[in-house]
Amino acid sequence: MLWELPLMPQQASTIAHKVDALYLFLWGMTAFFTLLIFALILVFAVKYKRGKVADRSNPPDTDHKLEAVWIVVPLAISLVIFGWATAIFFEQVRPPADAVEYFATGKQWMWKFQSPEGKREVNELHVPKGRNIKVTATSEDVLHDLFFPAFRTKADVLPGRYTNVWFNATKAGTYHIFCAEYCGMQHSLMIGKVIVMEPQDYERWLTTASSGTAGQTAAAGDETPAQAGERLFTQHGCQTCHQGSSGALGPALAGVSGAEVELQNGEKVKADDDYLRESILNSSAKIVKGYQAVMPNFKGQISEEDVMSLIAYIKAQK
Amino acid sequence: METASTISTTTAPTTMPGAANGVFEMPKVTYLNAQEGIKSWLLTGDHKRIAILYLISISVFFALGGVFASLIRIELLTPGPELDAEMYNRAFTAHGIIMVFMFLIPAIPAVLGNFLLPIMIGARDLAFPKVNLLSWYLYIIGGALTMSAMVIGGVDTGWTFYTPYSTTYSQSYVFLTGLGIFIMGFSSITTGLNFVITTHKMRAPGMTWSRLPLFVWSQYATSLVMLLGTPVIAITVVLLAAERVFGVGIFNPNLGGDPVLFQHLFWFYSHPAVYIMILPAMGVISELIAAFSRRRVFGYSFVAFSSLAIAIFGFLVWGHHLFVSGQSAYAGIIFSILSFIVAIPSAVKVFNWTTTLYKGSISYETPMLYALAFIGLFAIGGLTGLFCAALGLDVHITDTYFIIAHFHYVMVGSTVIAYLGGIHYWWPKMTGRGYPEFWGKLSALLIYVGFNLTFFPQFILGYLGMPRRYHVYPPEYQVLNILSTAGASVLAVGFMMPVFYLLWSLKYGPITGPNPWGAKGLEWETASPPPTFNFDATPIVTEEAYAYDAEADEAAYQAALQQGKR
Ligand code: HEC
Ligand code: HEM
Ligand SMILES: [Cu+2]
Ligand SMILES: [Cu+2]
Repeated sequence: MLWELPLMPQQASTIAHKVDALYLFLWGMTAFFTLLIFALILVFAVKYKRGKVADRSNPPDTDHKLEAVWIVVPLAISLVIFGWATAIFFEQVRPPADAVEYFATGKQWMWKFQSPEGKREVNELHVPKGRNIKVTATSEDVLHDLFFPAFRTKADVLPGRYTNVWFNATKAGTYHIFCAEYCGMQHSLMIGKVIVMEPQDYERWLTTASSGTAGQTAAAGDETPAQAGERLFTQHGCQTCHQGSSGALGPALAGVSGAEVELQNGEKVKADDDYLRESILNSSAKIVKGYQAVMPNFKGQISEEDVMSLIAYIKAQK
Repeated sequence: METASTISTTTAPTTMPGAANGVFEMPKVTYLNAQEGIKSWLLTGDHKRIAILYLISISVFFALGGVFASLIRIELLTPGPELDAEMYNRAFTAHGIIMVFMFLIPAIPAVLGNFLLPIMIGARDLAFPKVNLLSWYLYIIGGALTMSAMVIGGVDTGWTFYTPYSTTYSQSYVFLTGLGIFIMGFSSITTGLNFVITTHKMRAPGMTWSRLPLFVWSQYATSLVMLLGTPVIAITVVLLAAERVFGVGIFNPNLGGDPVLFQHLFWFYSHPAVYIMILPAMGVISELIAAFSRRRVFGYSFVAFSSLAIAIFGFLVWGHHLFVSGQSAYAGIIFSILSFIVAIPSAVKVFNWTTTLYKGSISYETPMLYALAFIGLFAIGGLTGLFCAALGLDVHITDTYFIIAHFHYVMVGSTVIAYLGGIHYWWPKMTGRGYPEFWGKLSALLIYVGFNLTFFPQFILGYLGMPRRYHVYPPEYQVLNILSTAGASVLAVGFMMPVFYLLWSLKYGPITGPNPWGAKGLEWETASPPPTFNFDATPIVTEEAYAYDAEADEAAYQAALQQGKR
């Protein structure tokens, strides 16, 4: 191990080689300009060394054409890089519509993951090869950052909000997960492994591996997030107000995800995951039009993971 | 008393300090001995003495920052822990805070700027000498508070103080440290104010804006950034304290705050602050290149205006530190393109400096070695900045060692190198004595080699994925870390050498006379060291900056050589 000197990280996602191509191009450009400057300095340094006979007559003071060249050329190169890099960025930050959703919760100093099939893991994430996977993440305390070097992507993980990372793994194997945002004492131990498996191996793993190393809820078993959400929905008494019948205290929740909600103050908001999360934990922040502010704030009573399950359940009700 | 008239800058250039040893005598009354006693120093209004006070205090802080750097590099020699995590986190935080707020931000403006700006424009002093002294006291008080926080237990937030860790979770002396930084901020503001007003009001007759040395232009641009940017960090620190001490919810979502807001406020100051660090360095390099190649800086007005362009555009790119922080993708795109644009004026400078060498009469004393090293290292630092500005690539490299390597190429490879080059160049002016050229060149070489060995491997480390602020790491990163620590040892030796030979030179260095380099500029027309009010009579400026004639200087040099042979 000691004397191997790696130069490039493993490429294990559909975007890895695209990021690498840009990276190598930029090194090429850096080498070109640095060597150009070095060469010019060297030539002048030798030719015009004090004590050396050379033509020093009429030295130019300034040259607008030259200045224009070295403003326009770097600008043009910059714009090319900008366009190229932005195209990659759009791919990194926009998960494909068919991506399957995994959940991650960061806390000092561990990662908790949950697969759509309901597997719960700590600091390990098993995923099938060749599928678009979106990891929706939040933090229970400070900032963290979910970083998959082999997939060339990362995102900060914030308390009070959802962010996501997506990838499509191309090579079976085990790769690093790092926390890349400083989060206190054991920041460098907030690491894990992503294990990419052939789809059939993954199916087998789902049925054999025992789950729930850190399941908040003892009964969690292998129920999917939506199933867990349904159970929690009853457990916390949500259905008493949200049973969906007319005259209920709270609005029906089927189909609310992604819809536009009109608030009491006339404002209209899109019911994305962040909105649903806020409606559960801090419902008094935004009151739906036509309803009373009677829903209790569940902050501190429902864990971030359970909120994710509840949202999965709400989304599943079409 | 020796005065400027005893040596004319058009005589054969003697470019070695001490080459003329025996010819010159120390002037009898200088700013150094005009008044005696420690009190005369602590209550001085003389910008040159204040510069010396800064030089001493900044050197002490630099050494302390270096000690913490050594701790970090020793820890990273092996993948496992040598220090415990708590200690490591405090070490990198202390290193960052000391180097950024107590060394890099004040270094060139407060030492070289203080000493030279009034002399370069032909003034007796800065506009407000007492305010200048006050700024040193603010710096010392702020520095002492911050250091006391480190002594009683330290801070573990990183120099970036990201919330809500810093406001709610950290069990360390965040408040005291913040207070120190807040006070040091006022030191920057008062210095900036003094420089701006002095440049506007106190230029000698004939010293028009287009005749200003580029060092003055860059100090002017820097001062504007200090004036406009520093209040924002002051407010940010106050908000941070309000949340930490009184629990006012500003940044912590549990209290109804927004953690990303802090990052916006922090970088709104701290990105411009990187220009506070680099612009003065660029000014130094312009002076050095001109003096040692006997040429007017090529494209003077382009170099001058690029400083202003950097100062202005520098305020519009803070969001490039937040590409993965949860800011909107569209904001990311705008900050990305602005970051590419802000790189252009830097490129313009590099090309102009290089072209300045053309048809020069170039000599290679220590300051020039530093200047040439600067151009190469700054080119790498700036070009790797484009990697960071490139969105799709930054997603991978942000918060890894790639970033660490990038900003060290800019801050150490460029700012510290320029600072050292400037110290060597103006040392004879500040002290009246020359340093030993051999040791100067050797230390410059060691620093150059050590620096590249320390930081180049970190580009690779970062791309491989090693995150910053990790005190233990996977074993496959070890080889590169060993190289880096090895380089750091060489670098440390290089940095220590000047301490010894410069101190030695105070007593034993050759007496250099007013203009040992045969350079242009008002600072070389007064005695070395200068008298308290800089000039015996207000100078009248009749020519542009850098009115060198490489051809004539070269001819004079050749003639002198011939004469020597006969
Ligand atoms: C006491 C009755 C009550 C209980 C119990 C209750 N809610 Fe509500 N809920 C409401 C009311 C009333 C509203 C609409 C007013 C508002 O926005 O606060 C609402 C709104 C919501 C909304 C926003 C719906 C929209 O159309 O925008 C969501 C999501 C939600 N509740 C989820 C839950 C969940 C999950 C639980 C269980 C943990 C729960 N609620 C428990 C009464 C309740
Ligand atoms: C040539 C133009 C430059 C460009 C385009 C540039 C670009 C960037 C970018 C985009 C980042 C953010 C990277 C990230 O956090 O992911 C960054 C980081 C940094 N840069 Fe530069 N930079 C330039 C010059 C400088 C200069 C002149 C300095 C200092 C004198 C500097 C010091 C820093 C520092 C300190 C950081 C690290 C911030 C942190 O702690 O994360 N940069 N640079
Ligand atoms: Cu973390
Ligand atoms: Cu972390």
